[in-house]
Amino acid sequence: MTTISMTVNGKSVSAEVEPRMLLVQFLREKLLLTGTHVGCDTSQCGACVVHVGGSAVKSCTMLAVQADGTQVTTIEGIAPAGALHPMQEAFREHHGLQCGFCTPGMIMSALDMVSRLGPTIDATTIRDNLEGNLCRCTGYHNIVKAIEAGAATMGASAQRTAAE
Amino acid sequence: MYAFDYQRPAQVQDAVSLLRSLDDPKLLAGGQTLLPTLKMRLAQPGALVDLALVGELEGITLDGRILRVGAMTRHAHVASSATVQAQIPALAELASMIGDPAVRNRGTMGGSLANNDPSADYPAAVLALGATLVTDRRRIAADDFFRGLFETALEDDELIVAIEFPRPEAAAYRKFRNPASRYAMAGVFVARMDDTVRVTVTGVGQEGVFRWDAAERALTGQFAPSALDGLELDADNAMSDLHGSGAYRAHLATVMARRAVEAIAG
Amino acid sequence: MNASAVTPIGAPVRRKEDHRFITGKGRYTDDLSRPGQAHAYFLRSPYAHARIRRIDTAAASAMPGVIAILTGADLAADGLGGLICGWMIHSKDGSPMKAGAHPALALDKVRYVGDHVAVVIAETLNAAKDAAASIDVDYEALPAAVDLVEAQSEAAPVLHEVAPRNTVFEWELGDKAATEAAFARAAHVTTFDLVNNRLAPNPMEPRAAIGEYDAGDDSFTLWTTSQNPHVARLVLSAFIGLAPEHKLRVIAPDVGGGFGSKIFIYAEETVCAWAAKKVGRPVKWTCERSEAFLCDAHGRDHVTHAELALDSDGRILGFRVKTIANLGAYLSTFSSCVPTYLYATLLSGQYAIPAIYCEVDAVYTNTAPVDAYRGAGRPEATFLVERIVNKAAREMGIDPADFRRRNFITSFPHQTPVIMCYDAGDYPASLDKALALADYAGFPARKAEAERRGRLRGIGLSNYIEACGIAPSAAVGSLGAGVGLWESAEVRVNPTGNVEVLTGSHSHGQGHETTFAQLVSARLGIPIDQVSVIHGDTDKVQFGMGTYGSRSGAVGMSAIVKALDKVEAKAKKIAAHILEASEGDIEFKDGRFSVAGTDRGLAFAEVALNAYVAHKFPTSEIEPGLKEGAFYDPSNFTFPAGCHVCELEVDPQTGVTEIVNWVAVDDFGTVINPMIVEGQVHGGIAQGVGQALMEGVSYDRDGQLVTGSYMDYQMPRAGDLPSFQLGLTETRCPSNPLGMKGCGEAGAIAAPPAVINALVDALGTEDISMPATPSKVWAIAQARLSRLAAE
Repeated sequence: MTTISMTVNGKSVSAEVEPRMLLVQFLREKLLLTGTHVGCDTSQCGACVVHVGGSAVKSCTMLAVQADGTQVTTIEGIAPAGALHPMQEAFREHHGLQCGFCTPGMIMSALDMVSRLGPTIDATTIRDNLEGNLCRCTGYHNIVKAIEAGAATMGASAQRTAAE
Repeated sequence: MYAFDYQRPAQVQDAVSLLRSLDDPKLLAGGQTLLPTLKMRLAQPGALVDLALVGELEGITLDGRILRVGAMTRHAHVASSATVQAQIPALAELASMIGDPAVRNRGTMGGSLANNDPSADYPAAVLALGATLVTDRRRIAADDFFRGLFETALEDDELIVAIEFPRPEAAAYRKFRNPASRYAMAGVFVARMDDTVRVTVTGVGQEGVFRWDAAERALTGQFAPSALDGLELDADNAMSDLHGSGAYRAHLATVMARRAVEAIAG
Repeated sequence: MNASAVTPIGAPVRRKEDHRFITGKGRYTDDLSRPGQAHAYFLRSPYAHARIRRIDTAAASAMPGVIAILTGADLAADGLGGLICGWMIHSKDGSPMKAGAHPALALDKVRYVGDHVAVVIAETLNAAKDAAASIDVDYEALPAAVDLVEAQSEAAPVLHEVAPRNTVFEWELGDKAATEAAFARAAHVTTFDLVNNRLAPNPMEPRAAIGEYDAGDDSFTLWTTSQNPHVARLVLSAFIGLAPEHKLRVIAPDVGGGFGSKIFIYAEETVCAWAAKKVGRPVKWTCERSEAFLCDAHGRDHVTHAELALDSDGRILGFRVKTIANLGAYLSTFSSCVPTYLYATLLSGQYAIPAIYCEVDAVYTNTAPVDAYRGAGRPEATFLVERIVNKAAREMGIDPADFRRRNFITSFPHQTPVIMCYDAGDYPASLDKALALADYAGFPARKAEAERRGRLRGIGLSNYIEACGIAPSAAVGSLGAGVGLWESAEVRVNPTGNVEVLTGSHSHGQGHETTFAQLVSARLGIPIDQVSVIHGDTDKVQFGMGTYGSRSGAVGMSAIVKALDKVEAKAKKIAAHILEASEGDIEFKDGRFSVAGTDRGLAFAEVALNAYVAHKFPTSEIEPGLKEGAFYDPSNFTFPAGCHVCELEVDPQTGVTEIVNWVAVDDFGTVINPMIVEGQVHGGIAQGVGQALMEGVSYDRDGQLVTGSYMDYQMPRAGDLPSFQLGLTETRCPSNPLGMKGCGEAGAIAAPPAVINALVDALGTEDISMPATPSKVWAIAQARLSRLAAE
């Protein structure tokens, strides 16, 4: 067993874990943050995407011990309690989800996309950058619309903040 | 996953010592290939030596015409590095085509090269650019490094520290993705340096990445897409599976080669 | 649309359920844990076909953390029955289908790679996996029957002794003599051979189960990823014998997609519930994706030869079909009805075909069971009809759109020669609208422009029809169904006027919590946030048939309408007493009961409160309370139909197909929420494009699964698909009160032939099999280019 500590959604946590425990297992089973999902075992579906040190990673392809000392953000941590992040709101507004299983990973990948590429992203770029996220329900049509709109809202609110 | 011991050294020499002292150890770089392998219980190492804290393994520097990329540098870093984009844009572009964004945030150049997957992208660049692999104990020319499927010149206790790339006059990489896995089904890197041209092919050869001599000769004579007319790769030596026959892969390599040359020749 | 508003039918109301999903608060089965739970891991057969000589669990049982290792012998000793197939099909000769035994854990034989050999229950999943690797199984490997066509030969290895030549049934439908006669007078006969490729359903949430046993009450609870928890309870009780129905609660919480694959009652869920009592601990199992590829029921997998008889004007005279359908190693829950009554009954397509005759042989092979997958039989029928029609048009030199128009059914009701009576539709309308949206007339110019860029461009049509909303119970009963296919609903009006709707339908992505609430909101005139929809728990909802076959709207919502009728009727009685008016004078409109011709009235909530206070009406005449239930049995199937147009370009150098435009014009009858309907169509098209271009389960000759993960099974990604252009036409369905037809499967049914017909147009050959992967398309394109060069 190894003792690890990290900050998850702004809270410090530490635990004893087996080295073979995956980050996603740590989040789901130890911290009960079950919004992060597991949809495959070959690192392709992206249902498990979280942010480590501000970047999207597949938490099914990272050991919990590798996250020792890092800042981790999951779907549960992107908006203050009771509020929605603009990207979450955009997924609802544009019907970017059906069964909801891939959704947390989609939203976390979308936020990573905005942080890398800025708030103005066209549909082709969004589709290319969803290479690592599978959805079986929506045909992606509305996910693409949601990300485009969510990113634009984020850009507009960042501009407002800057202007203030 | 089977159980294993886990170590996270901070120095290269400590990592080497651990490789020597632990029972059946394996290096953990980005883990984007190793961890899925372990999850499927296809390997059972006794210990993982995580290189994440070995600071000297990470980073991109420029020394004259030599671009040095630390072994633990993530694909996303290579793709977005202004230095790489300025010196060898084709290398940055190649890095941006590996896996998907989340995988690129974890996967490393050293990990990819040490694994030498026959469908990986980096081996094509390293071999075409005539890079040098700097290890904890020696310098290995790319031409001597790749030794067949998942085989390299590395000793069991040896680790890659950095990769040094000479700057080409021009280079381009074109890749045809496996429709399912998105690994290269045919990836061709064309590098034009001084008075020679080097052309490498990944995803096709049964023995992994290789230099395509005939294409190199033809393009050294005349650097134009038409120089490749009539050139064919031997389909018998190409990998064949559900996704495509050897003939298809061999053909794709010619198409990717032509497109890479077109990208350079404009 | 504001949550606090009354939501009319037809409004694109945003989904009520989304909040929990976008905030990570969904509750899927694997998100749940029970106190003291143990973990299950299944040891699976590495052989496609083998006799089990001996299973030695001694060494594995002694490993750390192991609680129990159970085998088929333990199941049998407890008297549990095998898994069942709930639809009886009779062969042409009248004999019943040959159902081989299907134990949840293997007894003497394993019949496919992934078949269940033993279960390890341990403290942790890793401990269970470690122990499973130490179970010593002595297998006698047997030759495997893998190829569908060869499996019926006398020489093929036999899977089940009860089924010689591995043949489950040899079934027929239609009038053979009339069809022969039609061919005898045909001016032209188009023949066509096809393989409908085998698919893995791949809902993003893998299956999971937690079984729990309460010794104090001698009762079981099973949390599971099910599209129909009541059917699961019925089968587990009445057929498998796990527990009496009233001692078994099945809960299907949030379920992450199903597409048919979560209809069925599988081995793992059964074993988890049973083992919970055996070990005295809750037992949890979560499927890994690689296991899902092995053991979730697959879909499609037909080999078909067909012939179309035509007169000299291109009018269809007769249609003759012979299909061999792969049902895998065992009969899954509804597998037998898929290639029969859900397939051959749709072979008339949208066309007036005087005579049809279809034969279907169902065959066992040493592969995973095959059952319903989005569309279930109807995509296979549509693919065949729309491909052979396309081929006939090309052979006769008639534009494919004109050919279809010549043969459309134009008056309703229309009795086809294959059972179905189409009740309403307007096929020319959807074709015309689709062709306009797709700028069909402008296609030749686009094709020429693409050619200048070195691209081969094609356009393809698919005029699909499906039978949904299954169905009249008596009708399906007469065809062999073991259950009725009605639906139930209960509307509970609370004293404060808000409403809980209990439905036997199950939502696993379809948005019932919104559309069902939208219906209630519109009808009762109360804001949608005053309506909750409850489903998926056999302790809450009394009974229901679940969600599949695009039935939740047409059947499930119709049951709600019936219950609402009763609520309104009773509320009117109560209102009449309070308002001191005669019941016949009470009108209900916009959430208000009023006395006709006066300004006297009561809000819905006031009547609700009075119903429970019960002071102002005689309880000897009217019972207190306001809660009504209904069971609704439809009077017919529904017949959604439409026209999809696919336009694509092929890069002949690489064989890559890029879909450049997609138009879908569908007739779903009444649409409750167009936003949700469009989403269903998008997703269906994606799965259909997946079948056409990307997806295909592949086994090698030994029965090893080659496409065992996303490394080899290509799922459609965002970059593989275009955005879609959608349109609607509307003919009301006369068979249910709302006029709805169903939209869940349409895209998956329509899309494959649209894609392949477009490829046929681009490549100039009919010989294109699915999935049309780049390597296949490249070979075809090369052959075409060399043909053109030679000309």
